[in-house]
Amino acid sequence: MAGISDLYNQVLKDHRNYPRNKGLIDGYKTLKVKNPSCGDDVTVQLNIENGIIKDVRHIGTGCAICCSSASVMSETLKGKSVKVANEIIEDFYELIKGNYPDDEDRLGDAIVYVNIHNYPPRAKCATLAWRAAGAIIHGDEGETIDE
Amino acid sequence: MSYPDKKVLLDVKNDFPVLVNNPNLVYLDSGATSLKPKCVIDKLDEYYEKYGVNVNRGVYKLSYTATTEYEETRTVCAKFLNCKEREVVFTKGASNGLNLVAQSYGMDNLNEGDEVISSELEHHSCVLPWQNVCKIKGAKLKYVELDSEGRITVEAFKKVLSNKTKVVVLTHVSNVMGYITPIKEIIRLAHEVGAVVVVDAAQSVPHMKVDVKDLDCDFLAFSAHKMFGPTGFGVLFGKFKYLKAMRPVEFGGDMIDEVYKNESTWKDAPFKFETGTPPIAEAIAFKEAIRYIESIGYEKIQAHEKALMEYTMRELVKIDGVTIYNKSVETGIIAFNMTGVHPHDASTLFDERDICLRAGHHCAQLIIKWLDTIGTLRACFYIYNDFEDCDKFIEAVKDSAEYFKEW
Ligand SMILES: Cc1ncc(COP(=O)(O)O)c(C=O)c1O
Repeated sequence: MAGISDLYNQVLKDHRNYPRNKGLIDGYKTLKVKNPSCGDDVTVQLNIENGIIKDVRHIGTGCAICCSSASVMSETLKGKSVKVANEIIEDFYELIKGNYPDDEDRLGDAIVYVNIHNYPPRAKCATLAWRAAGAIIHGDEGETIDE
Repeated sequence: MSYPDKKVLLDVKNDFPVLVNNPNLVYLDSGATSLKPKCVIDKLDEYYEKYGVNVNRGVYKLSYTATTEYEETRTVCAKFLNCKEREVVFTKGASNGLNLVAQSYGMDNLNEGDEVISSELEHHSCVLPWQNVCKIKGAKLKYVELDSEGRITVEAFKKVLSNKTKVVVLTHVSNVMGYITPIKEIIRLAHEVGAVVVVDAAQSVPHMKVDVKDLDCDFLAFSAHKMFGPTGFGVLFGKFKYLKAMRPVEFGGDMIDEVYKNESTWKDAPFKFETGTPPIAEAIAFKEAIRYIESIGYEKIQAHEKALMEYTMRELVKIDGVTIYNKSVETGIIAFNMTGVHPHDASTLFDERDICLRAGHHCAQLIIKWLDTIGTLRACFYIYNDFEDCDKFIEAVKDSAEYFKEW
């Protein structure tokens, strides 16, 4: 199954089946994002201290793209400064349009999502957790509906 | 694979420009919307190119032509449904028609303690308008208990029916499971206790003869776009005695009789429900969709769908890793999942092969919850599908099962 295996690759499978940083911790900044039309929901938490993202947590239900991407996001952003995290999130949005960033290494496992650009309807699934993280950095908390 | 009874199949692919322009497309999402035949598209163009002016207003010749074409659709619909023209309300679609009944009939006739019966098989557009009215009026919304397959049965309906029942609102054919509701018997029983019955016919009219006299339903709503017609248009049938007594829910142009500063009067039904400039081209072109169906005939449509369905189901049940939710279904809808795979992940594999399926909750979260899943995949057959489409679909299911086995 060429094609589909570019998207549903081993890295994605690994994160889907063995999600990193899963489970919530009391006291972190929390944002739950729901997409009612597809049923996905992701809750992301950031623990930001002195401008550094000390911890990233997540839970959620959804497709393999959405769930794996939350795990990848948590690994990628953990330990980064808020400034760098913002840049990486922007790089990720570009990546899923098929554009590689200048600094590929910072994206870590997220680089495998480049193949999403061949599957435009799925781009939202891949970015859901990243958008939640970005929103928390910009001060959002609570619950929001993604459309 | 050998194709059974190929001679029962229709040969109409070339009537549909989308299929001509996308020769590899396997379109199995007709439950969401049907493709449109050339005759309907031509009629839309005819309006815009030859007499594209407003209806019911101007007194010039072109306006007369547009109005005549527009009202001719009402005549065609009335014949099609076996009712009177004044019982045909033009709407924006099934959702709009179903909401109209709830907002008008429901708001004026339901009182505290009254009961409305619906089911978990419903599309959100069918049950939510009544959930809302029941809340406001203090009425109770009751659900027919579905049987083990997820069907509405007459027996289960009898258990919730009582003298308190004022409205029954049920789907004629489920858009998720494809089951046909025994609606005629339900209507008869509902009338015995004096309840009115609202039928959501969005998924039935495209595939089967619906005669509102024969059913004796009080209201029945459907959308043009699921039966070869344009989007943004639909029909609400209502028995005239009810329509006549009902208040309009939208006010403004076209629907009025006399306007005074503090008081106004309306036209008769159906016009009092048709406010503002309607989707004129869509209304005009819809009659061509009905004529298209009639030129083929429901018997042939059903034989075609049945042949494809039986062929596909026979193969599908043999594949490991597929969960089929409606094995006994009598229409052209298959509800399934790749076992353990999120429907959106599976649907991407189908999309990769230009097979269009619906994945998700299908605007019917109650039945998805009843099935205890997060969503389903849905394959729908219609007259432009053929055995090659079935083969491509079956092949994709097999490959998908194989691929996701290790996930
Ligand atoms: C059973 C059923 N009822 C109502 C509707 C609503 O139709 P529309 O979206 O055209 O208003 C649909 C459409 O999916 C349906 O399948």
